[in-house]
Amino acid sequence: MAEHAVAVAHQFDDAEQQRGAAELGMWIFLATEVMFFGGMFTAFTAYRWLYPAGFAHASRHLDVLLGGVNTVVLIGSSLTMVLAVHGARVGHRRMLLVCLGLTMLLGSVFLGIKAIEWTHKWEDGLVPGLRFTLTGADAGPEELFFLLYFAMTGVHALHLVIGICVVGVILALAWRGHYTPEYHNPVEVTGLYWHFVDIVWIFLLPMLYLIGRHGP
Amino acid sequence: MAHSGVRLYVAVFAALVFLTLVTVGVSYVDLGPLSVVVALTIAFTKALLVVVFFMHLRESSGLIWVVAGGGFFWLAILIALTMSDVMTRGWLPVSGP
Repeated sequence: MAEHAVAVAHQFDDAEQQRGAAELGMWIFLATEVMFFGGMFTAFTAYRWLYPAGFAHASRHLDVLLGGVNTVVLIGSSLTMVLAVHGARVGHRRMLLVCLGLTMLLGSVFLGIKAIEWTHKWEDGLVPGLRFTLTGADAGPEELFFLLYFAMTGVHALHLVIGICVVGVILALAWRGHYTPEYHNPVEVTGLYWHFVDIVWIFLLPMLYLIGRHGP
Repeated sequence: MAHSGVRLYVAVFAALVFLTLVTVGVSYVDLGPLSVVVALTIAFTKALLVVVFFMHLRESSGLIWVVAGGGFFWLAILIALTMSDVMTRGWLPVSGP
Protein backbone atom coordinates (compact mmCIF):
# COMPACT_ATOMS: atom_id res chain seq x y z
CA MET A 1 0.00 0.00 0.00
CA ALA A 2 2.77 2.41 0.89
CA GLU A 3 4.66 2.21 -2.42
CA HIS A 4 1.62 3.67 -4.17
CA ALA A 5 2.20 7.19 -2.94
CA VAL A 6 1.47 9.53 -5.83
CA ALA A 7 2.55 7.62 -8.93
CA VAL A 8 2.84 10.22 -11.69
CA ALA A 9 3.56 8.83 -15.15
CA HIS A 10 6.57 10.50 -16.77
CA GLN A 11 4.55 12.35 -19.43
CA PHE A 12 2.75 14.43 -16.79
CA ASP A 13 4.08 17.42 -14.87
CA ASP A 14 2.23 16.53 -11.68
CA ALA A 15 -0.60 14.47 -10.20
CA GLU A 16 -3.15 17.24 -10.85
CA GLN A 17 -2.38 17.26 -14.58
CA GLN A 18 -2.56 13.46 -14.66
CA ARG A 19 -5.97 13.52 -12.97
CA GLY A 20 -7.23 16.18 -15.37
CA ALA A 21 -6.07 14.15 -18.39
CA ALA A 22 -7.84 11.01 -17.16
CA GLU A 23 -11.03 12.98 -16.54
CA LEU A 24 -10.90 14.71 -19.95
CA GLY A 25 -10.26 11.39 -21.72
CA MET A 26 -13.33 9.79 -20.15
CA TRP A 27 -15.53 12.81 -20.96
CA ILE A 28 -14.42 12.69 -24.62
CA PHE A 29 -15.25 8.97 -24.71
CA LEU A 30 -18.66 9.72 -23.19
CA ALA A 31 -19.25 12.38 -25.87
CA THR A 32 -18.74 9.64 -28.50
CA GLU A 33 -21.15 7.47 -26.52
CA VAL A 34 -23.75 10.27 -26.70
CA MET A 35 -23.47 10.08 -30.48
CA PHE A 36 -23.60 6.27 -30.42
CA PHE A 37 -26.87 6.18 -28.47
CA GLY A 38 -27.97 9.38 -30.23
CA GLY A 39 -28.41 7.55 -33.54
CA MET A 40 -30.96 5.22 -31.97
CA PHE A 41 -32.69 8.06 -30.12
CA THR A 42 -32.95 9.95 -33.42
CA ALA A 43 -34.34 6.90 -35.22
CA PHE A 44 -36.91 6.47 -32.45
CA THR A 45 -37.92 10.15 -32.64
CA ALA A 46 -38.28 10.05 -36.43
CA TYR A 47 -40.31 6.84 -36.57
CA ARG A 48 -42.49 7.90 -33.66
CA TRP A 49 -43.29 11.04 -35.65
CA LEU A 50 -44.11 8.97 -38.75
CA TYR A 51 -46.17 6.28 -36.93
CA PRO A 52 -47.62 7.87 -33.76
CA ALA A 53 -50.47 5.36 -33.36
CA GLY A 54 -48.35 2.22 -33.86
CA PHE A 55 -45.68 3.44 -31.45
CA ALA A 56 -48.29 4.41 -28.82
CA HIS A 57 -50.04 1.05 -29.06
CA ALA A 58 -46.76 -0.89 -28.89
CA SER A 59 -45.59 1.17 -25.90
CA ARG A 60 -48.62 -0.01 -23.88
CA HIS A 61 -47.27 -3.59 -23.97
CA LEU A 62 -44.44 -2.46 -21.65
CA ASP A 63 -44.69 -2.76 -17.86
CA VAL A 64 -44.49 0.77 -16.42
CA LEU A 65 -44.15 -0.57 -12.86
CA LEU A 66 -41.09 -2.71 -13.68
CA GLY A 67 -39.61 0.17 -15.70
CA GLY A 68 -40.13 2.58 -12.80
CA VAL A 69 -38.71 0.19 -10.19
CA ASN A 70 -35.68 -0.41 -12.41
CA THR A 71 -35.14 3.35 -12.70
CA VAL A 72 -35.03 3.68 -8.91
CA VAL A 73 -32.64 0.70 -8.71
CA LEU A 74 -30.28 2.28 -11.25
CA ILE A 75 -30.44 5.70 -9.55
CA GLY A 76 -29.61 3.89 -6.29
CA SER A 77 -26.56 2.35 -7.97
CA SER A 78 -25.48 5.84 -9.05
CA LEU A 79 -25.73 6.96 -5.41
CA THR A 80 -23.55 4.07 -4.22
CA MET A 81 -21.09 4.77 -7.06
CA VAL A 82 -20.70 8.42 -6.15
CA LEU A 83 -20.32 7.42 -2.48
CA ALA A 84 -17.55 4.99 -3.52
CA VAL A 85 -15.77 7.87 -5.31
CA HIS A 86 -16.28 9.97 -2.19
CA GLY A 87 -14.78 7.17 -0.07
CA ALA A 88 -11.75 7.07 -2.37
CA ARG A 89 -11.36 10.85 -2.18
CA VAL A 90 -11.35 11.00 1.62
CA GLY A 91 -9.44 7.73 2.05
CA HIS A 92 -12.35 5.85 3.65
CA ARG A 93 -11.42 2.32 2.63
CA ARG A 94 -14.51 0.51 3.93
CA MET A 95 -16.87 3.03 2.32
CA LEU A 96 -15.05 2.58 -1.00
CA LEU A 97 -15.20 -1.23 -0.91
CA VAL A 98 -18.77 -1.57 0.38
CA CYS A 99 -20.17 1.00 -2.05
CA LEU A 100 -18.41 -0.58 -5.05
CA GLY A 101 -19.91 -3.93 -4.01
CA LEU A 102 -23.38 -2.39 -3.65
CA THR A 103 -23.03 -0.75 -7.07
CA MET A 104 -22.33 -4.15 -8.66
CA LEU A 105 -25.25 -5.66 -6.75
CA LEU A 106 -27.74 -2.96 -7.81
CA GLY A 107 -26.50 -3.13 -11.40
CA SER A 108 -27.14 -6.89 -11.35
CA VAL A 109 -30.63 -6.37 -9.90
CA PHE A 110 -31.38 -4.01 -12.79
CA LEU A 111 -30.24 -6.64 -15.31
CA GLY A 112 -32.35 -9.28 -13.52
CA ILE A 113 -35.51 -7.16 -13.76
CA LYS A 114 -34.65 -6.38 -17.40
CA ALA A 115 -34.35 -10.13 -18.07
CA ILE A 116 -37.81 -10.68 -16.54
CA GLU A 117 -39.24 -7.99 -18.83
CA TRP A 118 -37.56 -9.47 -21.91
CA THR A 119 -38.93 -12.92 -20.97
CA HIS A 120 -42.45 -11.44 -20.81
CA LYS A 121 -41.95 -9.88 -24.26
CA TRP A 122 -40.88 -13.27 -25.61
CA GLU A 123 -43.92 -14.98 -24.06
CA ASP A 124 -46.21 -12.27 -25.44
CA GLY A 125 -44.75 -12.74 -28.93
CA LEU A 126 -43.24 -9.25 -29.17
CA VAL A 127 -39.74 -10.11 -30.38
CA PRO A 128 -39.21 -8.89 -33.98
CA GLY A 129 -37.82 -11.45 -36.38
CA LEU A 130 -37.94 -14.36 -33.94
CA ARG A 131 -41.40 -14.43 -32.43
CA PHE A 132 -43.65 -11.55 -33.37
CA THR A 133 -47.36 -12.41 -33.24
CA LEU A 134 -49.11 -9.02 -33.37
CA THR A 135 -51.39 -8.61 -36.38
CA GLY A 136 -53.58 -5.79 -37.52
CA ALA A 137 -53.21 -2.43 -39.20
CA ASP A 138 -50.41 -1.24 -36.87
CA ALA A 139 -48.37 -4.44 -36.80
CA GLY A 140 -45.55 -3.01 -38.95
CA PRO A 141 -44.88 0.13 -36.87
CA GLU A 142 -45.35 -1.91 -33.68
CA GLU A 143 -42.65 -4.32 -34.81
CA LEU A 144 -40.44 -1.31 -35.56
CA PHE A 145 -41.04 -0.03 -32.01
CA PHE A 146 -39.97 -3.35 -30.51
CA LEU A 147 -36.95 -3.53 -32.80
CA LEU A 148 -35.82 -0.18 -31.39
CA TYR A 149 -36.86 -1.26 -27.87
CA PHE A 150 -34.63 -4.33 -27.97
CA ALA A 151 -31.78 -2.48 -29.68
CA MET A 152 -31.79 0.37 -27.16
CA THR A 153 -32.40 -1.63 -23.97
CA GLY A 154 -30.04 -4.35 -25.23
CA VAL A 155 -27.14 -2.00 -25.93
CA HIS A 156 -27.86 -0.24 -22.63
CA ALA A 157 -27.77 -3.59 -20.79
CA LEU A 158 -24.48 -4.43 -22.54
CA HIS A 159 -23.04 -1.16 -21.23
CA LEU A 160 -24.21 -2.14 -17.77
CA VAL A 161 -22.59 -5.60 -18.02
CA ILE A 162 -19.31 -3.91 -19.02
CA GLY A 163 -19.77 -1.43 -16.17
CA ILE A 164 -20.29 -4.21 -13.60
CA CYS A 165 -17.12 -5.98 -14.82
CA VAL A 166 -15.08 -2.76 -14.66
CA VAL A 167 -16.38 -1.96 -11.15
CA GLY A 168 -15.41 -5.54 -10.19
CA VAL A 169 -11.83 -4.92 -11.33
CA ILE A 170 -11.75 -1.60 -9.48
CA LEU A 171 -13.08 -3.38 -6.37
CA ALA A 172 -10.29 -5.98 -6.57
CA LEU A 173 -7.63 -3.28 -6.97
CA ALA A 174 -9.14 -1.20 -4.16
CA TRP A 175 -9.13 -4.32 -1.97
CA ARG A 176 -5.36 -4.60 -2.52
CA GLY A 177 -4.95 -0.96 -1.54
CA HIS A 178 -4.11 0.52 -4.93
CA TYR A 179 -6.03 3.75 -4.36
CA THR A 180 -5.28 6.68 -2.09
CA PRO A 181 -6.82 10.13 -1.73
CA GLU A 182 -3.88 11.36 -3.88
CA TYR A 183 -4.27 8.75 -6.63
CA HIS A 184 -7.62 7.13 -7.44
CA ASN A 185 -8.22 8.27 -11.03
CA PRO A 186 -9.61 4.85 -12.15
CA VAL A 187 -12.33 5.10 -9.48
CA GLU A 188 -13.25 8.62 -10.65
CA VAL A 189 -13.50 7.78 -14.36
CA THR A 190 -15.37 4.52 -13.70
CA GLY A 191 -17.88 6.63 -11.78
CA LEU A 192 -18.27 8.95 -14.78
CA TYR A 193 -19.01 5.97 -17.06
CA TRP A 194 -21.50 4.48 -14.60
CA HIS A 195 -23.43 7.73 -14.27
CA PHE A 196 -23.54 8.10 -18.05
CA VAL A 197 -25.20 4.68 -18.37
CA ASP A 198 -27.67 5.85 -15.71
CA ILE A 199 -28.46 8.97 -17.78
CA VAL A 200 -29.17 6.89 -20.90
CA TRP A 201 -31.79 4.97 -18.93
CA ILE A 202 -33.23 8.23 -17.54
CA PHE A 203 -34.18 9.06 -21.16
CA LEU A 204 -35.19 5.52 -22.16
CA LEU A 205 -37.84 5.36 -19.41
CA PRO A 206 -40.03 8.24 -20.69
CA MET A 207 -39.42 7.53 -24.39
CA LEU A 208 -40.20 3.81 -24.33
CA TYR A 209 -42.56 3.42 -21.37
CA LEU A 210 -44.32 6.69 -20.58
CA ILE A 211 -45.12 9.05 -23.46
CA GLY A 212 -47.20 6.56 -25.46
CA ARG A 213 -49.68 5.68 -22.74
CA HIS A 214 -52.45 7.95 -24.02
CA GLY A 215 -53.37 9.48 -27.35
CA PRO A 216 -53.97 7.84 -30.72
CA MET B 1 -16.75 19.04 4.69
CA ALA B 2 -16.61 15.30 4.04
CA HIS B 3 -19.92 14.86 5.80
CA SER B 4 -21.76 17.56 3.88
CA GLY B 5 -20.65 15.83 0.65
CA VAL B 6 -22.47 12.64 1.60
CA ARG B 7 -25.54 14.61 2.65
CA LEU B 8 -25.59 16.42 -0.71
CA TYR B 9 -25.37 13.13 -2.65
CA VAL B 10 -28.26 11.65 -0.64
CA ALA B 11 -30.32 14.81 -1.26
CA VAL B 12 -29.68 14.56 -5.03
CA PHE B 13 -30.65 10.86 -4.89
CA ALA B 14 -33.89 11.76 -3.09
CA ALA B 15 -34.66 14.41 -5.74
CA LEU B 16 -34.03 11.87 -8.54
CA VAL B 17 -36.34 9.29 -6.95
CA PHE B 18 -39.00 11.98 -6.38
CA LEU B 19 -38.81 13.08 -10.05
CA THR B 20 -39.06 9.42 -11.15
CA LEU B 21 -42.24 8.98 -9.09
CA VAL B 22 -43.63 12.22 -10.56
CA THR B 23 -42.93 11.28 -14.18
CA VAL B 24 -44.36 7.76 -13.75
CA GLY B 25 -47.39 9.16 -11.88
CA VAL B 26 -48.04 11.85 -14.50
CA SER B 27 -47.97 9.21 -17.26
CA TYR B 28 -51.29 7.87 -15.91
CA VAL B 29 -52.91 11.25 -16.68
CA ASP B 30 -53.83 12.11 -20.26
CA LEU B 31 -52.13 15.45 -20.97
CA GLY B 32 -52.37 15.18 -24.74
CA PRO B 33 -49.28 16.44 -26.58
CA LEU B 34 -48.06 18.02 -23.33
CA SER B 35 -47.18 14.57 -21.95
CA VAL B 36 -44.04 14.44 -24.13
CA VAL B 37 -42.99 17.93 -23.00
CA VAL B 38 -43.50 17.09 -19.31
CA ALA B 39 -41.75 13.69 -19.53
CA LEU B 40 -38.72 15.08 -21.38
CA THR B 41 -38.46 18.16 -19.13
CA ILE B 42 -38.33 15.87 -16.09
CA ALA B 43 -35.80 13.60 -17.84
CA PHE B 44 -33.54 16.58 -18.69
CA THR B 45 -33.79 17.84 -15.11
CA LYS B 46 -32.77 14.40 -13.79
CA ALA B 47 -29.90 14.14 -16.28
CA LEU B 48 -28.70 17.60 -15.27
CA LEU B 49 -28.75 16.63 -11.58
CA VAL B 50 -26.66 13.52 -12.35
CA VAL B 51 -24.18 15.41 -14.55
CA VAL B 52 -23.70 18.39 -12.22
CA PHE B 53 -23.57 16.58 -8.86
CA PHE B 54 -22.80 12.86 -9.37
CA MET B 55 -20.38 13.48 -12.27
CA HIS B 56 -18.96 16.50 -10.44
CA LEU B 57 -19.30 18.85 -13.41
CA ARG B 58 -19.71 21.80 -11.03
CA GLU B 59 -16.14 21.32 -9.81
CA SER B 60 -14.72 20.50 -13.26
CA SER B 61 -12.61 22.74 -15.49
CA GLY B 62 -14.04 24.76 -18.35
CA LEU B 63 -12.56 22.29 -20.82
CA ILE B 64 -14.76 19.50 -19.40
CA TRP B 65 -17.80 21.77 -19.70
CA VAL B 66 -16.97 22.30 -23.39
CA VAL B 67 -16.70 18.54 -24.03
CA ALA B 68 -19.89 17.72 -22.11
CA GLY B 69 -21.78 20.56 -23.77
CA GLY B 70 -20.34 19.62 -27.16
CA GLY B 71 -21.66 16.08 -26.90
CA PHE B 72 -25.19 17.27 -26.34
CA PHE B 73 -24.88 20.10 -28.87
CA TRP B 74 -23.94 17.65 -31.64
CA LEU B 75 -26.76 15.34 -30.55
CA ALA B 76 -29.11 18.32 -30.89
CA ILE B 77 -27.80 18.92 -34.45
CA LEU B 78 -28.34 15.24 -35.30
CA ILE B 79 -31.94 15.25 -34.07
CA ALA B 80 -32.86 18.76 -35.31
CA LEU B 81 -31.60 18.29 -38.87
CA THR B 82 -33.05 14.77 -39.17
CA MET B 83 -36.44 15.89 -37.88
CA SER B 84 -36.44 19.03 -40.06
CA ASP B 85 -36.38 16.59 -43.00
CA VAL B 86 -38.82 14.01 -41.64
CA MET B 87 -41.36 16.55 -40.35
CA THR B 88 -41.55 18.67 -43.49
CA ARG B 89 -41.77 15.99 -46.19
CA GLY B 90 -45.52 16.41 -46.49
CA TRP B 91 -45.34 20.18 -47.01
CA LEU B 92 -44.85 20.11 -50.75
CA PRO B 93 -47.17 18.31 -53.17
CA VAL B 94 -44.37 16.13 -54.52
CA SER B 95 -44.75 12.37 -54.49
CA GLY B 96 -42.10 10.82 -52.28
CA PRO B 97 -40.08 7.65 -52.83
